[in-house]
Amino acid sequence: MSSDDERGCLGCDEAAATAAEEAAAARRAEVAVASGFLVSTAGAIGLAVVYWQGGQPQLEGLFLALALGGLGLGFVLWSRRFMPHDPVVEARHPIASTEEEVDRFRQEFEQGEVILTRRKLLVRSAGLAVAALGAALLFPLRSLGPRPGKGLKDTPFRRGVYLVTADNERVRAEDINVNGVLTVFPEVEPNPEDPEEPPRPALQADSPTLLIRPSGTPRPQRDMEDGIVDGLVAYSKLCTHVGCPVGLYQADNHLLLCPCHQSTFDVLDGAKPVFGPATRPLPQLPIGVDDEGYVVARGDFNAPPGAGFWDRDK
Amino acid sequence: MARDRLVTRRVARWMDTRLGSAKLARTALGKVFPDHWSFLIGEIALYSFVVLILTGVYLTFFFDPSVNEVVYQGSYEPLRGVEMTQAYASALDLSFDVRAGLVMRQIHHWAALLFLAAMVVHLMRVFFTGAFRRPRELNWMIGITLLILSIFNGFAGYSLLDDQLSGTGLRIAHSITLSIPVVGTWLASLLFGGEFPGPDIINRLYVIHILLLPALIIVLLTAHLGLVVRHKHTQFGGRGRTERNVVGEPVWPRFAFKSIGLLLLTAAVLAALGGLAQINPIWLYGPFEPANVSAASQPDWYMAWLDGALRIFPPWETRAFGYTIPNPFFPAVLLAGITFMLLYLWPFLEAKFTSDTVEHHLLDRPRNRPVRTCMGTATLAFYLVLSLSASTDVIAVTFGTSVNGVLVSFRIAALVVPPIVAVVTYRLCRELQLRDEEAGMAPPERPRIRWELLRVWEWPGRRKEAKLAASRSTTAVD
Repeated sequence: MSSDDERGCLGCDEAAATAAEEAAAARRAEVAVASGFLVSTAGAIGLAVVYWQGGQPQLEGLFLALALGGLGLGFVLWSRRFMPHDPVVEARHPIASTEEEVDRFRQEFEQGEVILTRRKLLVRSAGLAVAALGAALLFPLRSLGPRPGKGLKDTPFRRGVYLVTADNERVRAEDINVNGVLTVFPEVEPNPEDPEEPPRPALQADSPTLLIRPSGTPRPQRDMEDGIVDGLVAYSKLCTHVGCPVGLYQADNHLLLCPCHQSTFDVLDGAKPVFGPATRPLPQLPIGVDDEGYVVARGDFNAPPGAGFWDRDK
Repeated sequence: MARDRLVTRRVARWMDTRLGSAKLARTALGKVFPDHWSFLIGEIALYSFVVLILTGVYLTFFFDPSVNEVVYQGSYEPLRGVEMTQAYASALDLSFDVRAGLVMRQIHHWAALLFLAAMVVHLMRVFFTGAFRRPRELNWMIGITLLILSIFNGFAGYSLLDDQLSGTGLRIAHSITLSIPVVGTWLASLLFGGEFPGPDIINRLYVIHILLLPALIIVLLTAHLGLVVRHKHTQFGGRGRTERNVVGEPVWPRFAFKSIGLLLLTAAVLAALGGLAQINPIWLYGPFEPANVSAASQPDWYMAWLDGALRIFPPWETRAFGYTIPNPFFPAVLLAGITFMLLYLWPFLEAKFTSDTVEHHLLDRPRNRPVRTCMGTATLAFYLVLSLSASTDVIAVTFGTSVNGVLVSFRIAALVVPPIVAVVTYRLCRELQLRDEEAGMAPPERPRIRWELLRVWEWPGRRKEAKLAASRSTTAVD
């Protein structure tokens, strides 16, 4: 504006015209800012009404957005249109202290240091005490969990433990058709304190097992020849990669697929990993049938189920 | 002293005579901030965090992190009568029976996604413009720490609900912890309070999520902002802008208003998302059952690179002397460790390799640092490929191809795409520089990169030489 004025009267009319335009524009901007605030008010009222009327998530979000957004837009427009924005210059000062200041600090600190370190015995014994306290304070962390032991390697499966469904019902070998898959668990005794409570074998996180009758002759893992009951095999359902349940059975090519990271295991070939990041076969559970045809475990898995860990082979 | 008629002035006067607040406030309001759109990204992160705290506090009033088994009796019909943990049941109640609970939960989740996204983009801004150089290395490291803590806190947050998806995520986290050599089994046991799923993990994650990590984040955030004040903000070069000044606008009134406006607009966008865009519909996943899993199990976006790395890493693991270093250790623990270690060290590596140890307050244009820029984009490309790898199954289903084919292509892409991106970026930078020169801009001075330093085995020799040179120069002075 000011530069226009200096050009003399040639632009006087124009200047007046622009001044009028500016005033009109300012007026419009004022209205815009105020409408932002009014939208916000309306949004807030809407929010309160919706809540009062029983609530509705979409409308709540929408009205809250209007209330916040109207206010925010009003503030931004206000600042852009009506607040000075001439750049201001501020000097930067050196961040480091001057040599003199450093020296003075050093002198004062070293005075204290000399007093402190004069008594060697005191310094050393204090250091020892602090170190001992620090070490002692680590001990309570031990309370956070039990010593990791056999728990990672074994499951409740033992010789003679029945394989049951999630509803704790025993499974007959002939109930599983060709290409059939069933997730089973070790049988759970009813809770002696509350016999009414339905037992939930599925809560045992390390023992989900897949009972599969593939079409074709499954080749067992090493030393598991007598762990198969006429074409019926049992493998741990936990992927040997990071322990996701291997949930997808592609019956036509006998492959078990883990939905988490796509490790794939060949059921006909000892559940060997054939694709994806898994490195170890799914542990096999040796099974047999009792006199009535119910499937029963003949021992625990032949390897720790689930993800690998440091001393899994020990 | 004349008595002020305005109440606000009287209050201000009262405060000033107790705190000397007028002086402080004047300094604060007069602080100069340079103006550039890219400086707002960090603010968006800060404001998402404000929204996280506000909505999060609301959620704590209703959520119950207990693993006691209950039978659900709430108003979501399909799950009524189902046994589940109190944690999952209370999350369902929050979603269906607490008025305004669902919108708060969804805003909280969206705010977490935006928080992490804004942090990563802010990190990119700081990286590509060289804002991490001396004297700001410490603040860079605080920023990286904030990113790590926030990733952990995000994971802890969505793992609390004990639905099928979060339980699967926890199982994977447990397995990754187990995979750490020597101490993994101990760590997993101490963290989970026993074998997976452990009776304590939800409760512990809750304390970590709402107390421990937020407290650390608040402390570090304060330090982060404090250091911005101490160092004064960086600025791009331009007329009148030098290493010795800051050109911008004072906090009061325009900057303050704009910033409050940005806070409100960020919150508004999150509110709209929270209301209109469904996120983490836990009622569809069902309660966590260790033996079940849903297909297309994917983590939130900021964990996707880890999940992708788990998927495409080849089936290798080491077994020696009867001990195992399981496969997940390499893509999850080692890769994450190297990633964040390199991020922490970057300012020092760059200073070393360019012999550039002076203070910088003027920002680089990315094109003028082609090597840094192409390394940055290549790294981004690598993590983008990893993140996309977390969707191999979804991609395979969507395009009707085999999962195996998709996975193998991603393995190749992770190795091939970053170098290509690096070369393209480098060429682009040079082209842009040439164009600048044609337009008459003075070519910026570029530090020579001492690639020979990559020969690490020569470092001891170099040190000896440097010592010799130093002793020679002192004797010469004598």
